[in-house]
Amino acid sequence: MTIADMVRILNAKVLIGADKLDTPVYTACCSDLMSDVLAFVDEKTVLITGLTNPHVVRTSEMLDLKCLVFARGKIPTQDILESAEEQGLVVIATKLTAFSACGVLYENGLRGVPVPEEWDSREGG
Amino acid sequence: MEPLFKTSYEVARADYTSAGRASADIKRRLKQLGVGGDVLRRVAVASYEVELNLVIHSLGGELELNVFPDAVQLVSADRGPGIPDLAMAMKEGYSTANDEARSLGFGAGMGLPNMKRNADEFNIESTVGVGTTITMRFHLA
Ligand SMILES: Nc1ncnc2c1ncn2[C@@H]1O[C@H](COP(=O)(O)OP(=O)(O)OP(=O)(O)O)[C@@H](O)[C@H]1O
Ligand SMILES: [Mg+2]
Repeated sequence: MTIADMVRILNAKVLIGADKLDTPVYTACCSDLMSDVLAFVDEKTVLITGLTNPHVVRTSEMLDLKCLVFARGKIPTQDILESAEEQGLVVIATKLTAFSACGVLYENGLRGVPVPEEWDSREGG
Repeated sequence: MEPLFKTSYEVARADYTSAGRASADIKRRLKQLGVGGDVLRRVAVASYEVELNLVIHSLGGELELNVFPDAVQLVSADRGPGIPDLAMAMKEGYSTANDEARSLGFGAGMGLPNMKRNADEFNIESTVGVGTTITMRFHLA
């Protein structure tokens, strides 16, 4: 799907990057823990989060993410949006919870980012 | 060997708002120097992690970028407090981060292992009461 499809599926508002909505997206991750995002995201993907501090945008910048989705109708401050604009990130906001946003995106074909092989040795699951 | 390019950034303790500025600048400069792709992403992530640690855990310090013909080097050197148990600090999940850092989405105890994973060479030295120095090298193909 493209970011434009995500906007439609999430009934989202485009905050930044209206000119880049035709960018294709294949995967996404959802987290409020930037430490985790930095540790396991290896590709240019989409981040769905409930956090709206400057570090969400900075983390996206370091990882070259394509699109940031703010859940639960939250909107960051203007200066945070400006820094997102400077780096060419697309930022959208949806009233859905992070869980529901992930659910409908998955239903429409978006998938999770691949997880590292090291996780095979972990105890969970 | 003399670096082709060299710059450094002062990083203040507990300055949560500016945390990440040095790393954003490092990423921009490396891009201008023609470094891209996977190496650029790995340097950016490791640089951001090490810079955040300076802000969250140290009394303040310096982050240095050296660009050599065959490698990018990052050196973080702080003025304390030092790490008492390095083996513990290197473990995933070990964190002494405060509530403020946690509320911003950090403090999962992933930073040091993540730096080690992203860098081609990683060295950490720490003396309690003196400070911590981390040196990372990223090979340019
Ligand atoms: N520069 C430093 N000075 C003093 N202590 C440090 C420094 N860097 C790391 N530490 C110690 O090592 C621990 C582990 O660091 P690490 O970066 O792996 O995790 P974190 O910063 O706590 O959380 P995260 O990086 O996931 O946000 C820290 O919680 C802190 O106790
Ligand atoms: Mg850290």
